[in-house]
Amino acid sequence: MIDIFMDKFLTIGLEHFLILSGTLFFIGLFAVLAKKNVIAVLMGIEIMFTSVNINLIAFNRYTAAEALLTGHVFAIFVIALAAAEVAVGLALIISIYRQRTSTDVQDFDWLKW
Amino acid sequence: MFDFALNNAWLIPLLPALAFGIITLFTKKMIKLSASISIGAILISFVLSVILGIELIGQGDTFLEHPYKAVVTWFSMPGLSIEVGTLIDNISVMMLLVVTFITSLVQIYSLGYMRGDPGLARFFAYVSLFAASMLGLVIAPNLLIMFVFWELVGLCSYLLIGFWYGKISASAAAKKAFITCRAGDFGLLLGIILLQINFGTLDLQQLSVMIPNFTQYTGLTAVGLTVIAIILFLGPMAKSGQFPFHVWLPDAMEGPTPVSALIHAATMVVAGVYLVGRILTLFITLPSALLFVAIIGAFTALFAATIAITQTEMKKILAYSTISQLGYMMLALGAASLTASMFHLMTHAFFKALLFLGAGCVLHAMHNEASIWKYGGLRKYMPVTYWTFLIGCLAIAGIFPFAGFFSKDLIMEVTFAASSLSGHAHGPFPVAYTVLFLMAALTAFLTAFYMFRMFFICFHGELRSKEVQPHEAPKVMTVPLIILGIFSIISGWVGWPGLGEGQAFGYFVRLGEFQVMEANWLLIILSTLLALFGIGLAALFYWKKSFSPQAVIERVPFLYKLSYNKYYIDEFYLWIIHNIIDKCGWLLWKFDIYVIDGIVNGFGKMAQWGGAVMRKVQTGQLQHYALIFFMGIVLMLLLLSFTGVHSPAIGLMGGAK
Repeated sequence: MIDIFMDKFLTIGLEHFLILSGTLFFIGLFAVLAKKNVIAVLMGIEIMFTSVNINLIAFNRYTAAEALLTGHVFAIFVIALAAAEVAVGLALIISIYRQRTSTDVQDFDWLKW
Repeated sequence: MFDFALNNAWLIPLLPALAFGIITLFTKKMIKLSASISIGAILISFVLSVILGIELIGQGDTFLEHPYKAVVTWFSMPGLSIEVGTLIDNISVMMLLVVTFITSLVQIYSLGYMRGDPGLARFFAYVSLFAASMLGLVIAPNLLIMFVFWELVGLCSYLLIGFWYGKISASAAAKKAFITCRAGDFGLLLGIILLQINFGTLDLQQLSVMIPNFTQYTGLTAVGLTVIAIILFLGPMAKSGQFPFHVWLPDAMEGPTPVSALIHAATMVVAGVYLVGRILTLFITLPSALLFVAIIGAFTALFAATIAITQTEMKKILAYSTISQLGYMMLALGAASLTASMFHLMTHAFFKALLFLGAGCVLHAMHNEASIWKYGGLRKYMPVTYWTFLIGCLAIAGIFPFAGFFSKDLIMEVTFAASSLSGHAHGPFPVAYTVLFLMAALTAFLTAFYMFRMFFICFHGELRSKEVQPHEAPKVMTVPLIILGIFSIISGWVGWPGLGEGQAFGYFVRLGEFQVMEANWLLIILSTLLALFGIGLAALFYWKKSFSPQAVIERVPFLYKLSYNKYYIDEFYLWIIHNIIDKCGWLLWKFDIYVIDGIVNGFGKMAQWGGAVMRKVQTGQLQHYALIFFMGIVLMLLLLSFTGVHSPAIGLMGGAK
């Protein structure tokens, strides 16, 4: 009985990673959808990236071990791209702030006009 | 020689057409050369026509029974085959002779009349094209080709009537002539199309075989075919100046006088009569259509004659007399007699050309003074014109032995034969023809009266105008007058009663069996008496001055005004145009800008309105878009997990593998 419990909950398996990544994903999503500060939104996006990276590595480890480090490499690519994207994003935010003196994402609606 | 002319009959219209091309392209600057080219071309055409004519007369009615036809296919498709070429029979050769002869004389006359006109080369070019179109129409083997030349004739009349385009009245008259004819041509084209649809051919020979048995070939009823015939007849009505399309003819006098002679005598107006003559079978098959032709003809004859008696311009009087005489020709066709109408067409061509050219000489002498009340006593100043004009007047009045006597008498006779007066009429409408016969007789009287009214006012008495010194026209103008004068006398003799096969006009140009014409003394005496009565009355009024015409006018001022103002037909048309056509146009314009444009603008408005509504969806809020995007993915996942990948909902979104 206890063995089964130990096996199910204390032995770290794929499910644990997926739960972790899902939780992180929704925290990030919440930040993206609900936060007003545009930097917080950007941080939310970063959190979602992280959750995706965990997913990639976990799936590689548990379901396609023969593929060696494919998932890890993929994750590193995502991190690199995210870094570049954050650089561009922050630059935009700073530029916008300089012009509009605002970091409130709700003010950023003038592209529709 | 004859074979050459027969096989190359296409040269007859082609030569004047070539002359037109050469003059317009190369020799426009050289007036004398242009005139020579033009006259040379028409003279060669005339010689070719004479060769054809002599041989055909020698052959009797061979060509009437078996016309010579040389054609090549222009284009064909199932159910429609159009050929171009020539159709030579007695009728077309007679027309060729008349047209080339009159045109040659008119062109020679123009050398004198138009001397010094800066546009002389252009004039000769147009006249050549005019002759070419008419000659092409005459030998056309089918109705479509005829229609092509028909329109060309209309175009040339436009160009020539508006020859002095600097004059506003001339260009207006040209437009009026063209547009009025177009109104009728619409009917003609419609009629031709209907014939093609129903009979599957436009070939004149085939049609004349098929039409009498139309029930075998088509599903048409007699009423249906009658409607087609009457629609078709609209074209000839407009071209031949029949009521109610006659309005363009008097205005056409704005052109140079030789053009008027050409239009009235040989080309243009007789085209209508000729076309009806060509498809006379169609009308003979349908007695109602035939009666319609006869009624239009007789009415026009009388109507125009009543206008002519009060007009004060020489050319206007002649124009109305032409309308009246064309009415006679139509009446003859309406009495089913091709012979009578073609005979009158021929004699009329001679004496009307003579009268117009004579009027041209008078205008020339009087420096284009139009009103006859300014003339008078011209007899002393211009004897040649006087005598030839007298011949023309006697011919048109129908005095023995001048040409008009024979042809007009023949028309009276065929109408009489169709009326109940003759006692042995075959047609279904003898009573109607009786009325028409009486109208024709009255017209004969009026014709004599108005012609001699003009004649006495112009040539007798004292010269009323003090400004001008009239003089006789040069030889180049008087010689054509003399030639035409001779023909105005002798051309009627071929219709002498009692002439038999191989001699009489009615033997060579006819439709159906030949019958030797008997002299109907009653009619001869009646028509001569009417004509003499008319002449006598005119002489009493305007020569001897026994009565004053003014007194008559005062007695019936209303009738005088009606006639002098041409029954206000022009005003009536203007009223219609201003009040009905313009108003309809206004209505349609409103329909256009409100309904048609409304629909088009409505689409634009709809897009704008739709955009205004849909714009609300685009908030510009980044987080809204992200939320919708996320919800969409959730929805898709839900659908996938509940319905599987092959559900219609997933298919709607693009499907899954």
